[in-house]
Amino acid sequence: MTRKQKRLAVIAGGMSFIIAAVLLVMFAFGQAVAYFYVPGDLATANVPPGTRIRLGGLVETGSVTRGEGSTVTFTVTDTIGTVPVTYTGILPDLFREGQGVVAEGAFVAGSPVFVADTVLAKHDETYMPKDVADRLKAQGVELSGKETVK
Amino acid sequence: MIIELGHYALVLALATAIVLSVLPVIGARRGDAALMSVATTGTMAQFALVVFSFGVLAYAYLVSDFSVNNVWQNSHSLMPTVYRFAAVWGNHEGSMMLWLLILSLFSMMVAYFGGNLPARLKANVLAVQGWIASAFMLFILLTSNPFARLTPVPAEGQDLNPILQDAGLAVHPPLLYLGYVGFSVCFSFAIAALLDGRIDAAWARWVRPWTLAAWTFLTAGIAMGSYWAYYELGWGGWWFWDPVENASFMPWLAGTALLHSALVMEKREALKIWTVLLAILTFSLSLLGTFLVRSGVLTSVHAFATDPSRGIFILGILTIFIGGALTLFAIRAPLLKAGGLFAPISREGALVLNNLILTVSAATVLIGTLYPLLLETLTGDKISVGAPFFNLTFGLLMSPLLVAVPFGPLLAWKRGDLLGAMQRLYVAAGLALMLALGLYYVENGGPVLAVFGLAAGLFVIFGSLTDLWYRAGFNKLSFAIAMRRLAGLPRSAFGTALAHMGLGVTVLGIVAVTTFETETVVEMKPGMTAEAGGYTLTFDGLRQAAGPNYTEDRGHFMLRKGEVDKGEVWSSKRLYTARRMPTTEAGIRSFGMSQLYVSLGDPMGDGGIVVRIWWKPYILLIWFGALIMMAGGFVSLSDRRLRVGAPRRAKAVAAPALEAAE
Repeated sequence: MTRKQKRLAVIAGGMSFIIAAVLLVMFAFGQAVAYFYVPGDLATANVPPGTRIRLGGLVETGSVTRGEGSTVTFTVTDTIGTVPVTYTGILPDLFREGQGVVAEGAFVAGSPVFVADTVLAKHDETYMPKDVADRLKAQGVELSGKETVK
Repeated sequence: MIIELGHYALVLALATAIVLSVLPVIGARRGDAALMSVATTGTMAQFALVVFSFGVLAYAYLVSDFSVNNVWQNSHSLMPTVYRFAAVWGNHEGSMMLWLLILSLFSMMVAYFGGNLPARLKANVLAVQGWIASAFMLFILLTSNPFARLTPVPAEGQDLNPILQDAGLAVHPPLLYLGYVGFSVCFSFAIAALLDGRIDAAWARWVRPWTLAAWTFLTAGIAMGSYWAYYELGWGGWWFWDPVENASFMPWLAGTALLHSALVMEKREALKIWTVLLAILTFSLSLLGTFLVRSGVLTSVHAFATDPSRGIFILGILTIFIGGALTLFAIRAPLLKAGGLFAPISREGALVLNNLILTVSAATVLIGTLYPLLLETLTGDKISVGAPFFNLTFGLLMSPLLVAVPFGPLLAWKRGDLLGAMQRLYVAAGLALMLALGLYYVENGGPVLAVFGLAAGLFVIFGSLTDLWYRAGFNKLSFAIAMRRLAGLPRSAFGTALAHMGLGVTVLGIVAVTTFETETVVEMKPGMTAEAGGYTLTFDGLRQAAGPNYTEDRGHFMLRKGEVDKGEVWSSKRLYTARRMPTTEAGIRSFGMSQLYVSLGDPMGDGGIVVRIWWKPYILLIWFGALIMMAGGFVSLSDRRLRVGAPRRAKAVAAPALEAAE
């Protein structure tokens, strides 16, 4: 190979790696990204079963019930809509009724119940997931306690 | 009174930094030695003032002076002394003070060790450091003053966030900042070179030790943070692809690339423009990280502040420094003389591949981190880009690098022999594959793909040993002579081998724990047993206990393996009284490199409690590998060729010596 060809080969190799990376990122954005919803959105949003989403809102007071083993069911509300959620595992330390929560998971076909595999209520006693706080404020819900991180 | 002195010292430090930002640059333009020497004295004075100011804040924390608003908000008189001290940076204002302290420390070290730098370069570098220091001091004084007083003086503090009340807080932020802020020196060198319009191999030789030091500390800081999150949060995870983690990981990736490209520039005078750009980008990512963490655009345990004026201020700093640096680069880079060409199959070719993969991977992390913020700003849609995205993109893109790492050091500069390198690596590759299969068989389970992951980690480990083996000449010389040659190898050779080996060990740990870990969630009553990783846990009940500023329920578990008694595990739930905040303190027992991780959940009505038990095989390898990488960094740093004091002479002497050794 001449010098010029060698150089071209190197540049082509580098470019193809970058193109592969770009395609991969685009593919991953289609696959591995979860949209955020509050219960009120779901009536109109029409989320197909099996699609991973994040569901945010407040844990409805009095809705937490413990089932078999470590399965917990509770209701997430944004005062406009409510969604029943079931979760198996250990709830975070700061999970409390009346407090903000984000559940990640999917709906199962033929059932209104949201099956969560991750529940977040993290890090700080005054923490309100930002997404939840924004949406609830936009809907005029009075938040109990401080809603910002100190 | 002493508090006001600390505040005043900070104002004086700002004044000094402004002088430092201007006079040396003018001096360097005019060739005025007196003006240029302001850089050194100014840097020293600034360092002394910042140390004093920081010391005053630390003093206020140690004596629990609640008349200082910052102390009142983040401390409590009952906290142990070490937490009271670490609490200095466990909040927004204090952590910015730590940032500034470390920035001044690095400037001071450049001034102190930089005796051999050309006067103009040194003056310009210190002046650029002064620009950064001025910007951050203005930020602290205008938006985040830690010395603000409070009247009337409260009797007791509001306590520190319980998650931060841990020895980790004393170590993690300083290490992380030593890394992140250390890259400011590389940035300043790059800007100084652009201002001067001149750049050569000697420049790379001066920049490399700073890059190496910053990289080593950043490695330590990230690993420490990961271990801390692992044991403290009680979720059993060690990396969450949280934006804040990404913020520290991106400079690490770019810094790793910089470390390697500076090597090419030093040895071959090639990749000059790229290296300068990379030095700018690395520190820009550090600044971006500071913005993401400190501006409140993210909510996380690291985001203490949500005051919008702060976010805008940091965004301003970010825009001016990154934008300014890139503009200067665009104007000046064409003036820099481009380096020579080289063959694709060569040491420098391998290092270019390294740079390509590292920077593209860093870019995917950047996109994944910023895309949700961007999308929300533009469309209002809220999405979360989490672990699945990063595992897919980053994992896949980085995997070719693992295969390539052992080849790099085995290829010669200028023209490498790929076939020769392959022949030398047969043994390493064979051993790696066999061991990986063996491990897979013994642990029986997981996807078959994991074998390749394990093998890749092992291949990197054995590959770095192979490199040392051939360098010392074990293949053709007698054992005694080869041993002597091994001892005589330059330390940088050991540094490279150790750093690469550490990477392999970390990868091995990551793949092994992801593939083989088991998780059990059970409800347990006293006397009940559960199994994990071949161990039997018997729950013995909950005990009440109290610490200085918390109360806790401690779960007691007896451990057995078969019939053999293996001791006990305590796992607890704490309630910090000042903030009424519960935390989970996981019970962790190490067996070799593996760990048993027990986390308590909620008590059930009938006296039972939900318990989550993980068996984490080989997990300690993840951090052990980071320790080896750090050791590699320090060993390289101690190489006399890199000693900052002797760059000129070493250049003439060491270069042929190294070629002879290869």
